Amino acid sequence: MKNTFTLIEKELRLYFISPIAYVVAMVFLAVSDFLFYNQIQYFSGLSLRMMQFQNHLPELNIHDAVFRPTLFNMSIILLLIMPLLTMRLFAEEKKEHTNELLMTSPITITQIVFGKFIAALTVYSLLLLLSLHVPLMLSVAVEISWKPLFASYLGLFLMGAVFLAMGLFASALTENQIIAAVISFGILIGLWMVGASAHTAGETTLGQVANYLSMSGHLDQFVKGLISSRSLVYFISMTALGLFLTHRVVESQRWK
Amino acid sequence: MIAVKHLGKRYGEVIAIDDVSFTVDKGEVLAFLGPNGAGKTTTMRILTCFMPATSGTALISGYDIFEDPMEIKRRIGYLPETPPLYPEMTVTEYLSFVAKIKGLSKSDQTTGLALSLEKTGLGDVSNRLIGNLSKGYRQRVGLAQALIHNPDVLILDEPTVGLDPRQIIEIRELIKGLAGEHTIILSTHILPEATAVSQKVVIINRGRIVAVDSQEQLSSHVRKSEKIALRLRRGGAETPQKLNAIEGVLRVTPQSVSGDSESSYLVESNLGEDIREQLSKTVVESGWGLLEMKPLVLSLEEVFLQLTTEEQGVAEATPENKTQLAQ
Ligand SMILES: Nc1ncnc2c1ncn2[C@@H]1O[C@H](COP(=O)(O)OP(=O)(O)OP(=O)(O)O)[C@@H](O)[C@H]1O
Ligand SMILES: [Mg+2]
Repeated sequence: MKNTFTLIEKELRLYFISPIAYVVAMVFLAVSDFLFYNQIQYFSGLSLRMMQFQNHLPELNIHDAVFRPTLFNMSIILLLIMPLLTMRLFAEEKKEHTNELLMTSPITITQIVFGKFIAALTVYSLLLLLSLHVPLMLSVAVEISWKPLFASYLGLFLMGAVFLAMGLFASALTENQIIAAVISFGILIGLWMVGASAHTAGETTLGQVANYLSMSGHLDQFVKGLISSRSLVYFISMTALGLFLTHRVVESQRWK
Repeated sequence: MIAVKHLGKRYGEVIAIDDVSFTVDKGEVLAFLGPNGAGKTTTMRILTCFMPATSGTALISGYDIFEDPMEIKRRIGYLPETPPLYPEMTVTEYLSFVAKIKGLSKSDQTTGLALSLEKTGLGDVSNRLIGNLSKGYRQRVGLAQALIHNPDVLILDEPTVGLDPRQIIEIRELIKGLAGEHTIILSTHILPEATAVSQKVVIINRGRIVAVDSQEQLSSHVRKSEKIALRLRRGGAETPQKLNAIEGVLRVTPQSVSGDSESSYLVESNLGEDIREQLSKTVVESGWGLLEMKPLVLSLEEVFLQLTTEEQGVAEATPENKTQLAQ
């Protein structure tokens, strides 16, 4: 426990020293603000037209009209930028030979993997918290339904955990950060796209499996405001799978 | 303290080390001497539990590398071939991190940090970024990292490689100062380095141990000249003199041989000088009847030929005139 904490602290220190985390945060916030802004424009235009037409405020729900499409689009931005948060984690240790220090110190591989994962998850959570400024600002002017918003953010958080675990796995495979990022793009896009193949496969067993494996489908549940245990289990087990694979790869590299 | 028993390691088809065994007593310095690719790094990585051996095992402070890796990791300080540094951290940040993962208590962290900074002479740069330090200073940070938890055993992989002569001497003095308190294994491919810092030298070549020797015995193996064995049909009393006159010949020693009509000589010449052509010319012109001429190479010498037997600059930069150089 103490060791894991030391490792988290070290990873966070390196995150805040390097410019990558800041660049990722800036890009993410800029794009997500832009998405929000666009959707709000659209929503207010719609409300205005409906008001003129019906002479009273429409029964439009801000969650469905603004947050749901925006947060869903945000997940695609995350898909593109999250590999940048994880690519360094193992690749750089190998390149700088610091893995020789870690692996010859009295700490376990599990502690190393968790240290890195929790540090990355902390940085990601900060990103999500920062993106909450839009709903908070809107809440001054509009009635916001917090429950579905909470469910949406929970979904984004869990989905991010899967992204990070898979990115960690990709980083453990190579010493080259760029290759690590490309591999994790590949894995994430693959997980995202199985949903599309589910449509083509239809109601066959294969289609159902593909549907269950598809991340976008599960995220959509949360963004709708539903916390389904099926999707919860999906995200948590995919995260566990990523971390398990990472552990196996790091362990197996000792034998080479 | 350290007992290495029949260690073997293969990388697929490549046999990196084969049946390596040796022991190191408490407080002793052992130099692991061998040319490039001999298997020094591989052996050290196995001893530090970085990678498992394919066969054999080793005991360190009574713990087995396979059964108690955690206990061994607590007791070992390791300086890998490339110092394992985070360039973005300052020296103090880095060493504090190492102290924590080595499992030191809060108070031991503080004393360990202060002591390792002092021993390696890093006090002045403790708040500098590691990435901005010179190679010599980075090597010292690597050494400080290995020392911070005051380990029983220090394993140092080529600790002086890439340093300038003055830094080499400083690091060697430091290592000598650490002996006694710590048991040390260090690797090198430089013969004078092995004899300068250690009581015991293990020579390894192509993954096998060639010799285990004390310092004095070792220096007797070092060749100071090229040796050629010469056998003649009709050598005479004037032969040694005439041979001696050839340019580059240091010494001619007549050898006793069975058979009355033959004579045999050992001709020594300056290291690295090939006198065979001149030699044969003289023999033929004198009509001595050349029977045999072959360069003598001892089995150990074959290895020595690949080792660096002289060091540029280090001999001059002895500790006494070190201050002169620094100016
Ligand atoms: N990861 C690896 N995969 C395959 N072969 C390897 C690997 N690491 C080392 N070897 C081989 O094992 C042998 C021993 O290598 P090792 O690095 O232990 O030598 P060394 O004595 O440390 O040499 P140097 O003085 O160059 O550092 C070499 O033939 C090397 O090519
Ligand atoms: Mg080596």
